[in-house]
Amino acid sequence: MTLADTVSLPVRRPRPKRRSPRRSQWKGLLYIAPAMALVIVFFILPVLFTFWMSLHKWPMLGGTRFIGLGNYIRMMSDSRFYSALGFTAYYTVIITIAIFALAFPLAMFVERQRRMVGVYRTAIFMPVVVGLASASLLWVWFANVDSGFLNPMLAWLGLIDLKTNFFASFDSAFFIICLMVVWKVAGFTMIILLTGLQAIPTELGEAARIDGANRWKRFIYVTLPLMRKTMALSLILSVTGSILAFDQFYIMTAGGPQNKMISVVYYIFNQSFVSFNLGYGAAMSLVLLFILVLISIFQLWLLRVGEDRP
Amino acid sequence: MTTKKEARARRALFSAGGYHGTGLLLAIFFLAPFAITILSSFRHGTEARLPPIPPWPTTGVSLDAYRSLDSFGAGVWQHTLNSAAVAIGTALLTVIVSLLAGYGFSRYRFLFKNALFVLIIATLMIPFQSILTPLFIILARLGLNNSLIGLTLVYVTLQLPFSVFMMRNAFDAVPKEIEEAARIDGARDFRLLVRVLLPLVLPGIVTVAIFAFLNSWNEFLAALVLLSDNSKFTLPILISAVRAGRLGAIDWGAVQAGVTVMSVPCLFVFLLLQRYYMRGLMAGAVK
Repeated sequence: MTLADTVSLPVRRPRPKRRSPRRSQWKGLLYIAPAMALVIVFFILPVLFTFWMSLHKWPMLGGTRFIGLGNYIRMMSDSRFYSALGFTAYYTVIITIAIFALAFPLAMFVERQRRMVGVYRTAIFMPVVVGLASASLLWVWFANVDSGFLNPMLAWLGLIDLKTNFFASFDSAFFIICLMVVWKVAGFTMIILLTGLQAIPTELGEAARIDGANRWKRFIYVTLPLMRKTMALSLILSVTGSILAFDQFYIMTAGGPQNKMISVVYYIFNQSFVSFNLGYGAAMSLVLLFILVLISIFQLWLLRVGEDRP
Repeated sequence: MTTKKEARARRALFSAGGYHGTGLLLAIFFLAPFAITILSSFRHGTEARLPPIPPWPTTGVSLDAYRSLDSFGAGVWQHTLNSAAVAIGTALLTVIVSLLAGYGFSRYRFLFKNALFVLIIATLMIPFQSILTPLFIILARLGLNNSLIGLTLVYVTLQLPFSVFMMRNAFDAVPKEIEEAARIDGARDFRLLVRVLLPLVLPGIVTVAIFAFLNSWNEFLAALVLLSDNSKFTLPILISAVRAGRLGAIDWGAVQAGVTVMSVPCLFVFLLLQRYYMRGLMAGAVK
């Protein structure tokens, strides 16, 4: 009996083991099949198709024609594309600085364990959950010269003339858009930074305090270095989000005074779906995609650097 | 000694006052725009063009703004229904697809498993804005252009990287012993997933559903490009058309009503399920 068992066991065991992985092989694949199908049809295929389209003259109606690198050559001498790139870069830098300038103090404000802090956190975060389109529509009304809220209020405070039209000049329109975006996004960046702040052991701050470091020094030499990873993450999120900005310019200024507020995505949208140069739009999309993949790679590198030096 | 204590108490009181004063001002800055818009949307039609000073209805509450919003497009009900169908459809489909995928990635071993997982997550690196042009053509070839179903499928795909990641982690956190016990009791595969594991990963499902709902309810650019039929417009597209004006005049009352209709569900969902929302945010941030 015992001998039979010990002999039969090694013989019996491998069989189900060899069969069951193969069965679970296709079972596992079956479970992920719907997700894979969606990703392939609505993501991988479009990415490959973008490349194919970018090599063609592709109007909305009528035949397509292979023109090789024609679209890319055209892009290189397209001054409007360059100005869209320039404006997007300008917007990205300004808005990222503005968001951080507000979100960092906010994160430190809501980090303290006080009564009501949860209420403040929630209140500051509320604009994050509505859409960028809703926020744009809200603020374009808010800043309207005849029917809005900002003009009477700022005039009452003596800051501006009652009849100042914010959307008449680039700088003031840009200011309103930045104000709207900061209002909408600061809470998000605040929460990300808050997770970083909360991960810092309190003993470190205490130790620095005993060593005689004042509040400012503790912030510079203890808090900031330990926040590197979190800062890198929220910085990247802010930068990629800003590079892809579209809604606010389309809704609030329709490209702005003298078409100065055309972001890259807006220009691609115009070329593809207003002028129906789909091939040219695809070529520019690919350049945009390339820029963002570069940023993502930079992000991974940045996060890894943070890992080496904690 | 007592004076020192008093001074300290006074300073603490002062700093508490300063803290809550700042907190109150911040809360007003971030909440007032909503409050003003919602209150203003209930003013009389005659007041719609005037600045909201004071921001509440002075001559009685009226639904004029909503009535005039209803005169745009196919009526505000139709467009709210479109938005709701897309958002709820996206949330449901995303939950089903990512639940299955998360289970597969967590519990089964198969060829190229890690590569496929990375492939799904890697789509996060590529902005969907850059594939909108071919997406438009592909949907047209599939006969899904200008359709809410096509839009829903695109939204589900955009939600997948985050959702599959969330669900796989949720399944990974379930102890294998529970599953083995259920297996011994005779539950297998799909029944095991639905009867035993589903309640255990419910928090993950709620998180995935909230994000899918909010993101698809709020999305603007894809809806703008992929929907061309007036009656199919989702709310953001409708209200941005209202803002663009009719015959050179902009009906600001209708814009206020529209912003209210769009924002209130989001704020409501968030306040109701804040815990799950924040969990998702943290998971996204840590990753």
